[in-house]
Amino acid sequence: MIHRRSLLATTAGMLAMPAVLRAQTVQKLTFYYPIAVGGPLQAIMDGYCTDFQKETGIAVEPVYSGDYSQTLIKALAAIKAGTGPQFAVLLAAEMHSLQDQDILISLDDIGLDADGKKWISSFYPAFLANSHVDGKTWSVPFQRSTAIFYYNKAAFKDAGLDPDKFPATWAALAQTAEKLTKRESSGTVTRWGIKMAGDLGNAQWTFGALANQAEQKLMNEAGTEVYFNQPKTIEALSFWHGLAAQHHATPEGLSNWPQLTPDFLQGNTAIIQFTTGGLPNFRAKATFPFGVAGLAGKNSPHTVVGGGNMYFFKSASKAEQMAALRFARWISAPERAADWSIRSGYIATSPAAYETPALKDYIAKYPEANVARTFLPVATGELSVHENQRVYKVLTDNIQACLNGTKTPAKAMADAQTETDRILKPYRRA
Amino acid sequence: MRRETIHAYLLLLPAIILLVAFTHWPAVATLIDSFYATPHGGRPPSFVGADNYQGLIDDPVFWQALVNNVWYAVATIPTSIVLALLMALAVNHALPGRAMLRMAYFLPSMLPMIAVANIWLFFYTPDYGLFDRIIALFGGGRHNWLGDTSTALPAMIVVAVWKEAGFFMIFYLAALQTMPTDLKEAAALEGSSRLNYFRRVTLPLLMPTTLFVLVNAVINAFRVIDHIIVMTRGGPDNATTLLLFYVYETGFRFWDTATAAAATVVLLTIMALAAAFQFGALGRRVHYR
Repeated sequence: MIHRRSLLATTAGMLAMPAVLRAQTVQKLTFYYPIAVGGPLQAIMDGYCTDFQKETGIAVEPVYSGDYSQTLIKALAAIKAGTGPQFAVLLAAEMHSLQDQDILISLDDIGLDADGKKWISSFYPAFLANSHVDGKTWSVPFQRSTAIFYYNKAAFKDAGLDPDKFPATWAALAQTAEKLTKRESSGTVTRWGIKMAGDLGNAQWTFGALANQAEQKLMNEAGTEVYFNQPKTIEALSFWHGLAAQHHATPEGLSNWPQLTPDFLQGNTAIIQFTTGGLPNFRAKATFPFGVAGLAGKNSPHTVVGGGNMYFFKSASKAEQMAALRFARWISAPERAADWSIRSGYIATSPAAYETPALKDYIAKYPEANVARTFLPVATGELSVHENQRVYKVLTDNIQACLNGTKTPAKAMADAQTETDRILKPYRRA
Repeated sequence: MRRETIHAYLLLLPAIILLVAFTHWPAVATLIDSFYATPHGGRPPSFVGADNYQGLIDDPVFWQALVNNVWYAVATIPTSIVLALLMALAVNHALPGRAMLRMAYFLPSMLPMIAVANIWLFFYTPDYGLFDRIIALFGGGRHNWLGDTSTALPAMIVVAVWKEAGFFMIFYLAALQTMPTDLKEAAALEGSSRLNYFRRVTLPLLMPTTLFVLVNAVINAFRVIDHIIVMTRGGPDNATTLLLFYVYETGFRFWDTATAAAATVVLLTIMALAAAFQFGALGRRVHYR
């Protein structure tokens, strides 16, 4: 209720009376939300929308629209056809390419007063890493995650390692993974030390974490430059490549994202790099004790954030945009962010959410749910540039060529840089 | 105009409207779009002539998709047709459990491609997937079927053949069932060997079916990419990128609709040439009863 009142106050302060009247006449909002139909997340989201309607009288209709890329495709198609949603949850890293499409409106342009600005600054800074451009804020963190390690404690014991001590540096991680890899006398591997996803759509995320671990940024904030051919970036790829080539602790070639979950649950792989969102599933299905650890780093742990933000569309009326922003504020309130985190496995988006009794109790019960949050200070934003998907593809193709042994890390990164420079050239003329 | 002609056209009208609206007009619109740049924001697209085609020629991924697709077609089309014919001949005779066998052969065709892809994803799983387990029994090692550039495309081809052969078998089986038995008796009286009979009688009589199956096989080789999307997404390093997948990615992932339109025109041209060859050159040789 406090939020509702403060937002109304905000609105009144910001705009002339007629606009306020219009804001109050919005009856219905539609937003696209990326989950396949069914499942527990849908029930939770439906519940929030019902609660919001009870409080404000505004019906919010979530359209469950498949995975992130399907949601993006559907939202763009609908907006181009003139029947688009007013807002949507899309990948945080898509900000620049959404701007290429010229469909977004920034929060500042919808209207943020001092109170609104305070709300924006209440989020973890890492989750806003992909939200800023031209001094404006373009998206609201919603379902956020980081890359973390899940590791099989039984395998650690089996290999004579201390399951409560997880390596923090690359050298130690490689050594641990080597020890965890179990070979029969015939050479057949019955357990791999570590696996990281290298398939399209995931390779750039894995690599974003690795580059950050070498303390190298992959792009500038404007999304017009990439730093693929920097020595530290090449070093990051060399480390990934070396896990198979030198340490023989991960399979040669690619490991695919969808395969990581069964690999881990089957005991085929001792350590996987995955999303925080996998936690509820592993807790339900793992038949062995497992641990959660922050990613290692060249010298110290570093990771990358992931997940989706709420974006607002220009095509909506001013009143609808304001109502959508109101919903975003309502749903990111600490109690709701806490509830969402507990039920979905995502990281709550603000420190205040971790001060709520509900989340405090939950973390006391499941300390592993807190691991990812403690690594937020060393997390970087996702690779996010103009023509994002195209650059992802170029980067992924070259990473795959390297992992498959057809290019050296230096050659792969040089090629990725050349091709990306070509793609981004038109965006540098500003 | 004669009454009958008007009647005929009136009867054809609904089909013509549907075809024009959903097939011919989109094709023409694609051709037109392929000469314009991708519109950004509110700006109208500008005419760029053959620039989009030049872009395709300069794009190594496009060429790889084209080459991959040629190999994919060359491998899947004859294999699935021959396999279909062999299976049809096998289940055409009276043998115990024939109905079960026919159903078993046809089963892959009844499954949606998405389901097929997910089943095969398990077959191809390294270490504990079906194939690696079988190979392990004989002392073999690990295979990263889908993650290795050299095996990924062959793996996709096997899935496509497995899926299609059963479907084509049904057509061959239907044709074999309608083949008059007196031909066989006459051949037996003449003392013709079974192989000779198959070569001189069965095969020619199956030609109309073969042409139909061939047309379908060619179309499917360029049209069905569901398994690519589910299993490899064109990877690793574009090893399994086919033309239509390239179009999809360019159009709906990169939002470069102009290049996608140009690639679609290339795809359409290939299909049109294939159709012209099939109905023109081959069609004339086919003996219809």
